[in-house]
Amino acid sequence: MLELQDISFKRDGKHILDHVSFKFDAEKFYVITGPNGSGKSTLAKIIMGIEQPDSGKILLNGKDITHKKIDERAKLGIGFAFQQPVQFKGITVYDLLKIASKKEIGTKEACQLLSKVGLCAGEYLDREINSSLSGGELKRIEIASVMAKNPSVSIFDEPEAGIDLWSFRSLIDVFKQMESYAKGITIVISHQERILAIADQIIWMDQGKVKQVGSKNAMMHQILTSEKACPKGVMTCE
Amino acid sequence: MNKVDESLLHEVLDQDVRKADAYNIRKNGKGIERKSNPNIEIVPKEDGTGLDVYVKENTLFGIIHIPVIITESGLTDVVYNDFHVGKNANVIIVAGCGIHNGKHKDSRHDGIHRFYLEEKAKVNYVEKHYGEGEGTGKKELNPVTEITLEKNAYLSMNTTQIKGVDTTLRVTKAKLKEGSTLIINEKILTTGTQQAKTDFVVTLDGEGASTHVTSRSVAEESSYQEFTSNVIGNKKCYAHVECDAIIKDRGSVKAIPEIYAKDVDANLIHEAAIGKIAGQQLMKLMSLGLSEKEAEETIIKGFLK
Repeated sequence: MLELQDISFKRDGKHILDHVSFKFDAEKFYVITGPNGSGKSTLAKIIMGIEQPDSGKILLNGKDITHKKIDERAKLGIGFAFQQPVQFKGITVYDLLKIASKKEIGTKEACQLLSKVGLCAGEYLDREINSSLSGGELKRIEIASVMAKNPSVSIFDEPEAGIDLWSFRSLIDVFKQMESYAKGITIVISHQERILAIADQIIWMDQGKVKQVGSKNAMMHQILTSEKACPKGVMTCE
Repeated sequence: MNKVDESLLHEVLDQDVRKADAYNIRKNGKGIERKSNPNIEIVPKEDGTGLDVYVKENTLFGIIHIPVIITESGLTDVVYNDFHVGKNANVIIVAGCGIHNGKHKDSRHDGIHRFYLEEKAKVNYVEKHYGEGEGTGKKELNPVTEITLEKNAYLSMNTTQIKGVDTTLRVTKAKLKEGSTLIINEKILTTGTQQAKTDFVVTLDGEGASTHVTSRSVAEESSYQEFTSNVIGNKKCYAHVECDAIIKDRGSVKAIPEIYAKDVDANLIHEAAIGKIAGQQLMKLMSLGLSEKEAEETIIKGFLK
């Protein structure tokens, strides 16, 4: 179980996270949603240790990990897919999957991982993780690296961001599969209705706080009817 | 050949020198072993200053090894090796220099390699520099490479120098005729107070000539590197020069790019980027369980792969 206790994070005088508390249960698929600037990505980064909270505690299976570094949390079982996949010079897709798996995986195993995210493995293993790959390909490789790590807490920060419609469709299938077999906690930050529809629980964030939590059935309609392009409401923006 | 010699050879070549189709081993300024075959002839210059290597036209898949080892402290070895590669020949040439300096005097090797590739000849040239030894004497390597590519000839040159060498000045000059191609990949890692300077001058004289120069370097601790490139396009041609450097600690790197188009259809590009390892790259690898040090090593190893 992963527990956030009273997490606050303030930058430039603004409360990005404002006393957030929440318990994530094992074997559940969570989607965190909310408007831009509501603190979703910051919350994900705080769980991975990329950002440090100003106050509050993070407990993983009862153990305080608040002051653990990124690699220490990774070793304890937390995995994180970056919103903007990181590119490398000289490091191949196969290299990254081997690093993530923590062992010398064979090409067959690496190919299986890439197939899970919808990539024709043979074409990709020896490719460098650089700008010669499209946004959708980089995103899927990023997701495959987290799957290769097989963490007990998997965090995906806006997996749909920056990818085309066709890639998005197959991404949905990846998450549907993940929801059906994942053993640990899965946390996806997303704005997408089709990802929200996979969730066991939806966490709705607004202005640095958890506004509401509930099942997709209870939450979907409410979220979709409340979201407006303009904060003042579409009708008043003319 | 003693154990130190064999170990130096292994570091420079990564393979058994005697399995090559033709080879010459030079130790402390003198040729000590040589082999030619009917298609590849290695002839020592009369004044003993180096070799002439003749590759007959239409020779296919020949492998030539020309290693130099220096184990004598205080020695300055200057060698001129000329490679004459005939029409349509396709060979791999592996050269390099390993210095073991166990004493306090400076050891130095200046290797001047001149390549003459005839029409449609193809050469993959691999060169590795390696220095070792517990002595305080400096290890200095100054390679000069002069390349002439005739019509539609192709030469790829891969050079590697990872630590171990205190001072290097590498000079590469190339003249490319019609339709010929030159690919250069350079990898350098300096540490301590080591200095490495590389200077490329590529002149694209023929229509359709092209070159791609890639330099990847890492400067650690207080080391210094300088990369100068000068590409001149005299006809319709294409050139792409990339200089990428990672700096760590107090390391410093200077890149001096120069491209000069003398024809309206000359397409010349230079890219240079110098900086420390990106924090995002470290974070990604740490999120997969590598420590910060392991992540840094992995990024540098990949960068110089």
